[in-house]
Amino acid sequence: MNIGILLKEGPYNHQASDTAFKFAEAAIKKGHHVDAVFLYNDGVTNVTKLMDPPQDDRNIAARWSELSQKHDVEILACIAASKRRGISDDVLVEGSVITGLGTLTDIAIRNERLVTFGD
Amino acid sequence: MENENVKKIMHVLRHAPHGTIYTYEGLEMILIMAAYEQDLSVVFIGDGVYALKKGQDTSAIGTKGFSRTFMALDGYDVEKLYVDQFSLEERGLGEDDLIVQVEVMNSEKIGRLMKEQDVIIHH
Amino acid sequence: MLHTINKSPFETTTMETCFRFLQPGDPVLFIEDGVYAVQAANRFSPMIETLQKNNPVFALQPDLNARGIDAVTVGVGTIDYKGFVGLVEEHQVNSWF
Repeated sequence: MNIGILLKEGPYNHQASDTAFKFAEAAIKKGHHVDAVFLYNDGVTNVTKLMDPPQDDRNIAARWSELSQKHDVEILACIAASKRRGISDDVLVEGSVITGLGTLTDIAIRNERLVTFGD
Repeated sequence: MENENVKKIMHVLRHAPHGTIYTYEGLEMILIMAAYEQDLSVVFIGDGVYALKKGQDTSAIGTKGFSRTFMALDGYDVEKLYVDQFSLEERGLGEDDLIVQVEVMNSEKIGRLMKEQDVIIHH
Repeated sequence: MLHTINKSPFETTTMETCFRFLQPGDPVLFIEDGVYAVQAANRFSPMIETLQKNNPVFALQPDLNARGIDAVTVGVGTIDYKGFVGLVEEHQVNSWF
């Protein structure tokens, strides 16, 4: 099954990003295709490489980056939401891309499921 | 006739308009999706109904007012605007307090509509 | 339609709002802080028991574990992320937060 994910909350502040990640991992493990993770609202701050958490904590941006590269999952940050929050191409982790809300619409149309995580 | 390529996409606005950005960014998403000729609907539940309250003036709080944008939805062919009757009534509001024409529906009917959707996005 | 709820019912009205829109047979999955709703013998237990007459109810085990909840309201199923994916295979998703 083709699955899209919409993540509407930033990292660390809320569990949404962690749940979205665990869900994506489990879906891939069950043989599904996770087409894309679209980041909206504060969700766009999931992919800044400027984040530098303590060594004993998870690095959420690096985790999305790895998922993208290992499993061909597109990690997409909404351009309008990114501009508001200072997220630009210069700060993106590898594997993530800034794109428009039209892409989210395409994701909603082409996948059998769109699963939303937020606060 | 129902076009099988058209998806039923429902946006659920559940936050009050100015305390957080959810309603405003939700509206931005709705306006973009409207260009894709899908079967869109917008439902106002809980504090989401406050987004439609007449007489909002944000000039003194330093944020951009956007309640009038809801009036433009019709021009984007977003015509299915539903308001949860319970949410409206428990806030002491009625249809006359709202800036746009909407269909006020009971929760049961909205629940049935939800079940028909391909995609539901809460804002 | 699968409904997920991620807020404690002691903090917000998300759960009660969601319940007004449920259709018979729709499964409900509590995740994140939502799992506090199904801790056994709390104020919401009778509501969760009644709900189960028409709707299957689940809670995400990793979230229960994280919060030290070892007893859930009778009848509530516990599933892991794999089980969550399984529910999504069967249903479209309505995420309440």
